[in-house]
Amino acid sequence: MAPFAGWDMPIQYEGILAEHTETRTACTAFDICHMGEFELKGPSAEADLERLLTQSISSLDVGRCRYGYLLNDAGGVLDDLTCYRMDDDRFMLVVNAATCERDSGWIRQHLSDDTMFTDLSSAMGKIDIQGPTSRRKMEAILGAPLPDLKYFAFAEVQIMGDSCILSRTGYTGEWGYEIYCPWYATEELWNMFVKEGGIKPAGLGARDTLRLEVGYPLYGHELTEEATPVAASRGMFINMDKDFIGEKAVEKDLAEGTVQVMVGLKLDSKRAARTGDSVFTLGAAVSERPSGVVTSGSFAPSLGVAVAMAYIDESLASAGTQLEIDVRGNRLTAAVVDLPFYKDGTARKR
Amino acid sequence: MQIDKSCRYTSTHEWVRVEGDEVVVGISDFAQNQLSDITYVELPSVGDTLSAQDEVAVVESVKAASDIYAPIGGTVTEINDRLADEPEIINSDPYEEGWLFRMKPIDESDVEDLLDASQYESQLPSE
Repeated sequence: MAPFAGWDMPIQYEGILAEHTETRTACTAFDICHMGEFELKGPSAEADLERLLTQSISSLDVGRCRYGYLLNDAGGVLDDLTCYRMDDDRFMLVVNAATCERDSGWIRQHLSDDTMFTDLSSAMGKIDIQGPTSRRKMEAILGAPLPDLKYFAFAEVQIMGDSCILSRTGYTGEWGYEIYCPWYATEELWNMFVKEGGIKPAGLGARDTLRLEVGYPLYGHELTEEATPVAASRGMFINMDKDFIGEKAVEKDLAEGTVQVMVGLKLDSKRAARTGDSVFTLGAAVSERPSGVVTSGSFAPSLGVAVAMAYIDESLASAGTQLEIDVRGNRLTAAVVDLPFYKDGTARKR
Repeated sequence: MQIDKSCRYTSTHEWVRVEGDEVVVGISDFAQNQLSDITYVELPSVGDTLSAQDEVAVVESVKAASDIYAPIGGTVTEINDRLADEPEIINSDPYEEGWLFRMKPIDESDVEDLLDASQYESQLPSE
């Protein structure tokens, strides 16, 4: 167990590699109760969210969810989050644990008088079941079919008599679900899926290697308040056809480009680069200005080598560029590659 | 958790076993368990001369990289070549197959100054 944003979090159960492989080849259960959930309700909720978030909200259908960013006035990323449309005038936001308090304050400051904000975080539990066999396994355990859900669609379902939200989303790159349940039902559901159902549990360690292999950003690493999301997303998850907070800075970054952009680096070794390691051009001395910095790095179990996400000078960002990473005084060679690193994820499969 | 009684230990979780006029060095079961899945090991070269507490190797897991320190002074005589392809044997068998390197001590009696098994056990955090 390890402390994370005020929660005691399981880093691993059986072992990160075993949990990682189980998620890619079968399915696992993640205890994700630490994440925050807000409900926004009222006739102006859609317009408020349209202004607060970068993703399009007016075009979001009931039963669908969409990923995007919450920005400050300068365009810096306060959080990356998913917005669920529960009803015409009712939405749920799913936010990171570490940013939950700040998000709540910022969002409430920017709401219309007739929008009701409720922090559901402590009332809601969250269990993710992720992996290609998720549906089959869950249906076997529940003894009932699950609704057909497209990627980034959800349904309100009854599980063991409790009203839950079943969302076909996740943070692993694999087919699977995020289940939002009442807090009091969380342990019961966990026991049903894991202890009795035999789905292996996976911890934060595997969650990190899985998301890294598919190039998903982690708030505080790839995304920070210091910059707009443009260098990370290159315009994705941002709808420029509307007005939103931080729009000016985003527009400027999109028009002029950013000095550095986020890339994937595939190392030639199993030895990993870690957050904060400097990236250099081949043969550049350590005294020279680094060409970039690693934001996340690990051994990638599905690839058999180490990978990293890094911000590097835009001129070096094309796939195939050979670079060096200074890892505790050793130079490790790496190549810029297209994301995701792991291309066989089943998340989008029908 | 296992603590091999035939070994001496350091507070940084290396073990040392005397074999003839050489010593074998590895990391303890506690250390491998803390590191979890080991993915990469950087070993010294045969012939390297070390002082006690020199950084001599790096053991890296999915979670983090950890420095390994020379428990005593000496010269490296052999490294465990299997670790290049099978670093996970440190996890599965830290005291036997997962040894890191052998060295010829400058002064064999330095081993006596290291922690014995019960001293090492008593300084581990209780779970």
